[in-house]
Amino acid sequence: MKNPRWNPYLVGALIGLLSILTFSIVNKPLGMSTGLAQASGACAMPFLGADKVASNTYWAKTAIPTWDYSTLFLVGTVIGAFLSALLCGAFKFTADSTVWTESFGPSKTKRLIAAFLGGVIILYGARLADGCTSGHGISGCLQLAASGWLFFIVMFASGILTAKLLYGRSTQA
Amino acid sequence: MHLTLAFLTGTGLLWSAIGFGILFGFLLHRGGVTDFDIIVRLFQFRDFTVIKVMMTAIAVGGVGIALLHGQDLAKYHIKDLNLLAVGLGAAIFGVGMVLLGYCPGTGLAAIATGRLDALAGLAGMMVGGIAYALSFDWIAANVLPVGAYGKVRLPELLGQPEWVCYAGLIAMAAGIFALVHKAEAKK
Repeated sequence: MKNPRWNPYLVGALIGLLSILTFSIVNKPLGMSTGLAQASGACAMPFLGADKVASNTYWAKTAIPTWDYSTLFLVGTVIGAFLSALLCGAFKFTADSTVWTESFGPSKTKRLIAAFLGGVIILYGARLADGCTSGHGISGCLQLAASGWLFFIVMFASGILTAKLLYGRSTQA
Repeated sequence: MHLTLAFLTGTGLLWSAIGFGILFGFLLHRGGVTDFDIIVRLFQFRDFTVIKVMMTAIAVGGVGIALLHGQDLAKYHIKDLNLLAVGLGAAIFGVGMVLLGYCPGTGLAAIATGRLDALAGLAGMMVGGIAYALSFDWIAANVLPVGAYGKVRLPELLGQPEWVCYAGLIAMAAGIFALVHKAEAKK
């Protein structure tokens, strides 16, 4: 299989152009985590009941569980990455990664539990901050929003510290 | 009312969401940023793909949107600077990103390439979203108002003209790329 990866500067420039298009044509910044919070409202319905979800301040006002621009953008993202992986023959069911295995061994169960916990933590943080790597990190920073740069810097510092604590042993390799 | 280019509404807008999403997901995968190792190694200063992609996107998108905004052809969408909520949220986010190995967008894209850990992460994200919604009233009363400065941009904060800030942004991106290349050459 030939290397499917493109030059990261080219990819960055194309994501920048994509931002310009979405800002101008549809008046929307790139963003992910609002759509995911909307989806979490849909997931909550069987457990909490539709009434409880509908009466929740956050799901009623900020992250309404419905098919709209934000949630359909998520669907598009999944399709796009799937197409890219298919076209270069990179689609593969796996949970392996070098850094994780170096520190925590090959156990799939351990990895999946950690990923689940990481997911809980990351989306809670994203919603508290009101944005993620795309909403704050790309869209916020490119508009020179103070909130975007604060997010980027603190997220980076926290990530460095966490990586040291979690995977410190594997950095020698 | 200003004239803008935003002519898509209704169903057209919804279809455009899928179209733009497809481009975004495709680019994330081709950029290599749907890979656990590439994301985590950024925080260990062993791989700089993510920072190259992000800083280029910010510089190109930033200048482009500033030019359109200057012609009233695009609107800014500035998020509130709530010091405690953004700072604490970003700190929590960093922990989650390194444990999960993906951010929300790259995680979704990674699922579509067959990454089962990213799928477990998505299940976790649903729980995190529910937890936030259920705690929202308390957060809105106690956390969001702390250090709430509203929609602040760096030009106001630094008291500098727009062009100086954008020049600074480009200089910063160039400086980061130079440092990154130096670090890569050492390996």
